[in-house]
Order: sequence, then C-alpha cells, then structure tokens
Amino acid sequence: MTETYGADAAVRWMAAVAAAVEREAGRLTELDAAIGDADHGANLKRGFAAVAATLAEEPPATPGAVLVTAGRELISTVGGASGPLYGTLLRRAGKALGDAGEVTRDELADALEAGVAAVGQLGGAVPGDKTMLDALTPAVAGLRESFAAAARAAEEGALATVPLRARKGRASYLGERSVGHQDPGATSSALLFAALAEVTAG
Amino acid sequence: MRMLINVPETVVADALRGLAAAHPELTVDVERRVVVRRDAPVAGKVALVSGGGSGHEPLHAGFVGPGMLDGACPGEVFTSPVPDQMVRAAAAVDSGAGVLFVVKNYTGDVLNFEMAAELAEDEGIQVAKVLVDDDVAVTDSLYTAGRRGTGATLFVEKLAGAAAEEGAPLERVEALARRVVARSRSFGVALSACSTPAKGGPTFDLPPGELELGVGIHGEPGRERRGMMTAREIAEVAVDAVLDDLRPSDPVLLLVNGMGGTPLLELYGFNAEVRRVLDARRVPVARTLVGNYVTSLDMAGCSVTLCAADEELLRLWDAPVATAALRWGR
Repeated sequence: MTETYGADAAVRWMAAVAAAVEREAGRLTELDAAIGDADHGANLKRGFAAVAATLAEEPPATPGAVLVTAGRELISTVGGASGPLYGTLLRRAGKALGDAGEVTRDELADALEAGVAAVGQLGGAVPGDKTMLDALTPAVAGLRESFAAAARAAEEGALATVPLRARKGRASYLGERSVGHQDPGATSSALLFAALAEVTAG
Repeated sequence: MRMLINVPETVVADALRGLAAAHPELTVDVERRVVVRRDAPVAGKVALVSGGGSGHEPLHAGFVGPGMLDGACPGEVFTSPVPDQMVRAAAAVDSGAGVLFVVKNYTGDVLNFEMAAELAEDEGIQVAKVLVDDDVAVTDSLYTAGRRGTGATLFVEKLAGAAAEEGAPLERVEALARRVVARSRSFGVALSACSTPAKGGPTFDLPPGELELGVGIHGEPGRERRGMMTAREIAEVAVDAVLDDLRPSDPVLLLVNGMGGTPLLELYGFNAEVRRVLDARRVPVARTLVGNYVTSLDMAGCSVTLCAADEELLRLWDAPVATAALRWGR
C-alpha cells in the first residue's frame, strides 16, 4: 500500500518549517554575517511565521493549494533574494501538484523537482554555486528513496558548500573570501527537508 | 548596543513615521511601506520608482520629489522590498505615461522588481527597468552576480528624474538612465563595519587600524583588507580603481559619498584629496556633491563615484530638484 499525504500534512510541514526557522534563526543569521549581511534568519522567520498564520487561519483543501498559498505569502513578506526564491520553490511545487486531494511521496518529489528547476532558472544558479540549490537538488533526489534520505542529503549538501566559492548572490562579491563558510541559503533549505522528515515520520 | 531605536522589528516603520512628520510634501504609507510625492500621479509624466533595503538613507525615500523619484519602497534593513510594495507604488504614481523602475544590481532587488514588473503590467501599467551596476570592486563578474549597484544610483535617479520632469517619454527616460549607468563607476572603502539592528552589533569584525577596500553598501566585507591608510592614499586607490574602468573624455560629475559614520569634516578633506588625484590624472570635474547620500547604516567610510557627463547630462544635473535630501534650483 502506498502512503499518501493530504492538505493537513502539508500544513503541518509548513508549521514545522516555521518552528525550525524560529529555532535556528540565530544560527542562520550568524552564517549570513560571515558572507552576507546578517539577516537571513530574521527574514525567513518573518516569512514562515506569516505562512503558518495564514494557513492556520484559512487552511486550503489540497496539498497543492497549501504550497501555492505558502509560496505566495513568502513572496509578499520576506523580500531579499530568499523571498522570491523560496516563494517560487513552493508555488511551483504546489502548482505541479494540481488539485489532487492526496499525493504520494513520488508525486511530491516530482513537484519539488519542478520547484527546484524554477528556482535555478529564476536565480540563474546551478549546483556548485554555493546557493540553496546545493541542498535542494540532492534533497529532491533523496526524496525518491525516503523522507529521511531527503533530509540527510540536504544536510550533507549544505555542509558541502563550506569549501565552495560563491558565484551567485551577495556572497559572490567576496570572491575567494567566501570559501570556508557554510552557505546560509543551503542551510535553511536543509531545515525545510528536516521539517518534512519530521512531520512524515511515524 | 548603542542605537537610537525602540526595537529592531519597528525600525523601518518608525523611520517612515518620522519622515512623514518632517515632510508633508510626501505621502507616506507606513504600513505598506510606500513613499510617493504628494502631487503624484503627475499628468503626462513618466514616473520613476526605486527601492531597496533600508539602511541606505537618504536613498531612496529621501530622493522622492519633483525632479527625481515619484515613489520609493523601503524594504527591511538591507533587504529588498517585496513586489507588493513596488506594484502599489507604481499604481500610485503612474499617470498612464509609464513607470521606470530603478534597480540596484543585487539578487534580491532584481528578483523582486522582476516579479513586480510582471504584476504591474498585468494591471495595465507600462513598465521599464534599468539596472544600476557601477561598482568596479567587483572585477571578475563572470564569477559573481555581476557588479553591485551603489553610488551611481543617485546619478541615475537625479538625471533620469530630470528628463522625466521635462516630459521625455518612457523609452527616452529609460535610454537616458542606461546611458548614465554606462558612464558611471564607483569604488567604496570601509573604515568600520556597520551595525544592523537585527544583529545588534557590527556585521563583521574589522579591528582598529585596518580598513576594507572595495566594499558595497550592505556591511559585507570588501575584497581586500589592508592596514590603515591616509585620506590621500585612499583617494589614490579609489580614484585609480574607477579610472581603470572608466576613461572619461568629458568632464565628470563627482560624488564623494559618506557611508553614514564619517563626518563631513573628513569627507571634505577626502574630497580635496580626490580632487588632487583627478587633477593629476587630467580629469576635469564639472560638478561635485559631498555628503552622506548612499549610506550603510553607521559604517565609517566613503565611496567615490564618477559619471562622465556630456552637455545633456550636465543640463539635467543642474535642473531643479526638490526632495528631502537633494534640493536646488527652485
């Protein structure tokens, strides 16, 4: 029997992301201070808190609608690069899910793959540029296997950004000086998949 | 933390309430974070809208008024505004003649303005965009998101704003803005890191006696760290970095810009050194502006921006402007 996930699971996912971002905001900001401008944690905290509030107030009926609503809310509240990028990831994934009431893990992986492709297109980045894609790309591949594998792959992808030289975003202006620091965007992307594994476990 | 604030969360809104109180000639929507000139939309006139993170004051809200911007959208500190703000500003200032978005080349600003342009066009507003990317410190742009947009933003907003005020149509205002970008270059130096309200302290560690060469305007470290230099030495490094990239055959507009934490006494002294270097390199200066215009919170430091000005650009520079931070000729 294939397990499926409905709107309630998607809402719980977004709530778990909001909690994780709230908990880790300080660490994200510290990472961002090293190679950016020290606001990644504060910005995502604001955005996902708004997402959680909106979803709690008027819970959409399908997992696709949950992700579209969340994406739109992020675009409207976060600003910076992470607003449009995370917003596009969730909005595109949500649109790809269509209006199915329940989706399988494989369908979710397909949808997130479409979302990640849209992020790459919007930011003009590829894996290896020291961006969120370095966590998102392996995470989606891992999702084909299991939620836990996706979370693990995202975390490893984020850690693997440490030796890279940034080629996109604000850290790229530091050139060689960006080497040796973990990318804050890849780190927050890993939180996204850790939260997904958390709410789908058991 | 020594900051004249209440809590970090309300810094931007508090500043906007203060701006509104000081400038009745502006319409300030504190909640939605949109600042427009009170007489907008001006019939038949192309409108200019810009925006970006807060913390660069007076950029951009301080440049809203006749002869410059019609509207500005301040984001969170050092964070691009969101598309909703930009669309709201565009709708408030569009007279039907179209809107030019002036965008500094930072990934966040670019992405949000792109989304805003699409949304505004859906609402029937004609939109053009100009990307400001004047910072010569970013040399190998193949490996970066391109050059940063810094001090030249002031030149673009003033010159394109004057053209729009004269009644130029959207495509001419846009072409002129692009010409200003192509003719402008900047280089910045930090003598201290800035302190963001969210972090409550300096964004990077710069020990006394050291400086960062080639900084942007977001408190990010620069490209190179060196031991302290004199104003004369800094002027040589900054001006030569700009002239390596821009060989002006016309007299230049010169902006000697403070980053927010350097007193005018030092900036004027620095201007004297900049002028000395430009004279030595045989670059005639047509107009000079010295002050804190494109800032980085409380960062000590300065930047030099040159714009190779032809006759039209000089005329537009001298045209009247009436904003909170730039005002002459009226």
